Amino acid sequence: MNWNDHLPALILIIPLFGAFIAPICSLGGKTARNFLLVVISFITLIVAFMLWRHVLANGISYYVMGGDKFNLSLPSGMALPVRIILEVDAFSAFMALCGAIVSFAGALFSVNYMNRFSGMGRFVSLYCLLTTGMLGMMVTGDIFNFFIFIEISSIASFGLIAFWRDKPTAIEASFKYALISQVGSMLILIAAGTLYGKYNMLNMAAIGSVLKMGTMEKLALVFLVGSLAMKCGSFPMHMWLPDAYAEAPTGVTCLLVAVSQASLYGLMRVCYSIYGAAMGSSFIPWMIIVFGLASMFFGVSMAVVQHDIKRLMGYHSVSQVGYMLLGLGVGLLVLDDARAMADYGFTAIKGGVFHIFNYTMYKALLFLTAGAIYYATGKRDLNEMGGLARRMPYTTFMFVIAAAAISGLPPFNGFVSKLLIYESSFAVHPFLAVVALVTSVLTLASFVKVFQTAFLGPEKNSLAKIQEVPAAMLIGMAVLTAAILGASLFPSWTLSTLVEPAARALVDQSGYIGAILGGGM
Amino acid sequence: MIGNAPFFAVGVLFLMGLLGIFMTKNLIKIAIAVTILGSSVNIFLVALGYRTGGTIPVHFLAGEGTTMVMPTPQAMTLTAIVIALATTALLLSLIMLVWRHYGTIDVDEIRRLRG
Amino acid sequence: MRPLSVVVRTGCDFFAWFMIVFGVNIVLHGYMTPGGGFQGGAIIATFLVFLLVAYGGKKVLSWANETIYEILFEELGLLCFFILAFLGLNNSFFYNFLAVPLGTVSSGILSIFPSSGTTALMSVAVGIEVTGALSLVILTMFKGIRLFIQNPPEEELGHDR
Repeated sequence: MNWNDHLPALILIIPLFGAFIAPICSLGGKTARNFLLVVISFITLIVAFMLWRHVLANGISYYVMGGDKFNLSLPSGMALPVRIILEVDAFSAFMALCGAIVSFAGALFSVNYMNRFSGMGRFVSLYCLLTTGMLGMMVTGDIFNFFIFIEISSIASFGLIAFWRDKPTAIEASFKYALISQVGSMLILIAAGTLYGKYNMLNMAAIGSVLKMGTMEKLALVFLVGSLAMKCGSFPMHMWLPDAYAEAPTGVTCLLVAVSQASLYGLMRVCYSIYGAAMGSSFIPWMIIVFGLASMFFGVSMAVVQHDIKRLMGYHSVSQVGYMLLGLGVGLLVLDDARAMADYGFTAIKGGVFHIFNYTMYKALLFLTAGAIYYATGKRDLNEMGGLARRMPYTTFMFVIAAAAISGLPPFNGFVSKLLIYESSFAVHPFLAVVALVTSVLTLASFVKVFQTAFLGPEKNSLAKIQEVPAAMLIGMAVLTAAILGASLFPSWTLSTLVEPAARALVDQSGYIGAILGGGM
Repeated sequence: MIGNAPFFAVGVLFLMGLLGIFMTKNLIKIAIAVTILGSSVNIFLVALGYRTGGTIPVHFLAGEGTTMVMPTPQAMTLTAIVIALATTALLLSLIMLVWRHYGTIDVDEIRRLRG
Repeated sequence: MRPLSVVVRTGCDFFAWFMIVFGVNIVLHGYMTPGGGFQGGAIIATFLVFLLVAYGGKKVLSWANETIYEILFEELGLLCFFILAFLGLNNSFFYNFLAVPLGTVSSGILSIFPSSGTTALMSVAVGIEVTGALSLVILTMFKGIRLFIQNPPEEELGHDR
């Protein structure tokens, strides 16, 4: 049996197996449970890497769950695909790789961070379930299966955000997130049901091949865009994001960053591969661009005035999601105009896709450094910190790298992706680039403030006895730092090998459809 | 027109659930409104599958009828019911913990996270 | 909760154990009649609800063993489901390797699950799992209420308020 064929299913089987086996393993003590968490995350990372290499070498890879052969999508001469089909093209494999790296870093961090808490067997199980849900969102090719994986990751995150049951703010944050998430998920289900009722198919590629824009399809598109933008944290629906990211345990926040990116992946898959050329009017692309602008501006202006370090980073998440929505929205705007696409549209999509990778790495690293500060000092308020650089040198170094990357300073990877977004959005209308530049300046100001207050300056008396965080947490942060430095030192390799195939696969709707409908024996 | 009655019911129930989430002050009533929202979507899915004059979609038990109702939305509805159950169980447990910490389950009093 | 009167307790004695039989019937015939794993499992879990209402919390909590629900029912069901799905990996994940085609009639032990193969067995595994999970949910939510009334909440040592 060729393992390369079963890779899309393996990337779901392994975290799922980890989630099922965790309560039994936790009977064996703390070491067995931590070992299981780290080993499962590491094997998932290896499988995601192998899947990415396989897709780059062999084109779109699809997998039929429960079929006679793993790639028999049209059995015995049927015209439409049956069964749940996982379809992995270069964009899905790229996102799965980002998600697996972040999940590994969060697992390493949680080994030491959560060592004072009870009920850790359930934590490992929920963490692996959240990883399964996130990876499932990224590889599936069926719109109802996508809803199922959104629900799996939402329910796991309700439990994980409220994991510190002693903190009243954590319970409040989880309840708020649960309400908004449930309404959004019901809207996604109505949209999936509408598309099924009209076309009698649930497969994304099959719907994309027969879609014609009408009232019901517009309704489904509006519901899908609204709910998936809510789950990414874009402007009008971002209220849950700073609360949920701030109150969750830090390893979980690190993974929640990647889960929001999976919802962004879903939004792009719906707009580019299901609706694609049939989008018709440019209302939805302009709505996505407006959401992006509003998220950028309001996110960073709320972030500048915060004095709780994790809440500040949560508001910065809102503004960075705005960059991705801007880049991908500009690409969607010119999807049917070949000359504009070659001029600035494809650059915008490349910028948006590269920004997804950069944002996942540096935002997860920022949250992990904030968690390391909290573990060492017990404080989250910037007014009470000072002079930490002397006692926590490694954490300071990694914070500087992440803060420089998020602000878009030139040697780092954040600069490259932001430059691509600036120059392509300037070609649409200069105002878009102006808002993006102002946001970047305010982001830099905010992080200079945090660095100055927390790490530099005189040491406070209450912080005289802190020491550097344990080794496992440092290794977790080092994984993400290595990814950021790798992308910064080799920008042209990263752009041509990592980003360009993903951007090309996103734009290519006919390739996505043809892989399944022209497939089978 | 009379054949569209299930879809009117879906619209009415969805609006009732949504208004319930926005307007009530008691957390448990908000949880009940979320359940009503989920039920409306389940009715929508089951009503989608109906074909006029259709019978049970099982070969052994269908009898002489040639048209069958679509079984896929029924599978979708079952899955959605299970998910709604898990979410309701979590929401109710969170409400219990909120009562333990804040002493009240009035939405206006539970606002320690702001700004 | 206080135990209720003799009438209620007798009714509970009569119906609660019958609920388990009824639930098992729905789970086992799930491949043909309406029902199946989740629905039957939810019915079996109402056994604990009957006991809680009729006999009161103190007696039931001292009798029910949470570890059995978690390890024996829930884990066993999950692992059976996963192994059944994994065994078809020669062809694909979740492949139905026990299915026989529609026309043939099998005899002997194989006629128990005709033509549905692993779906019926997976339905039984899901039924066992849902029994354990929902019983655990009911016990935990009930213990939560008693916890707040009687004992002070347990302190987590990992952080300060």
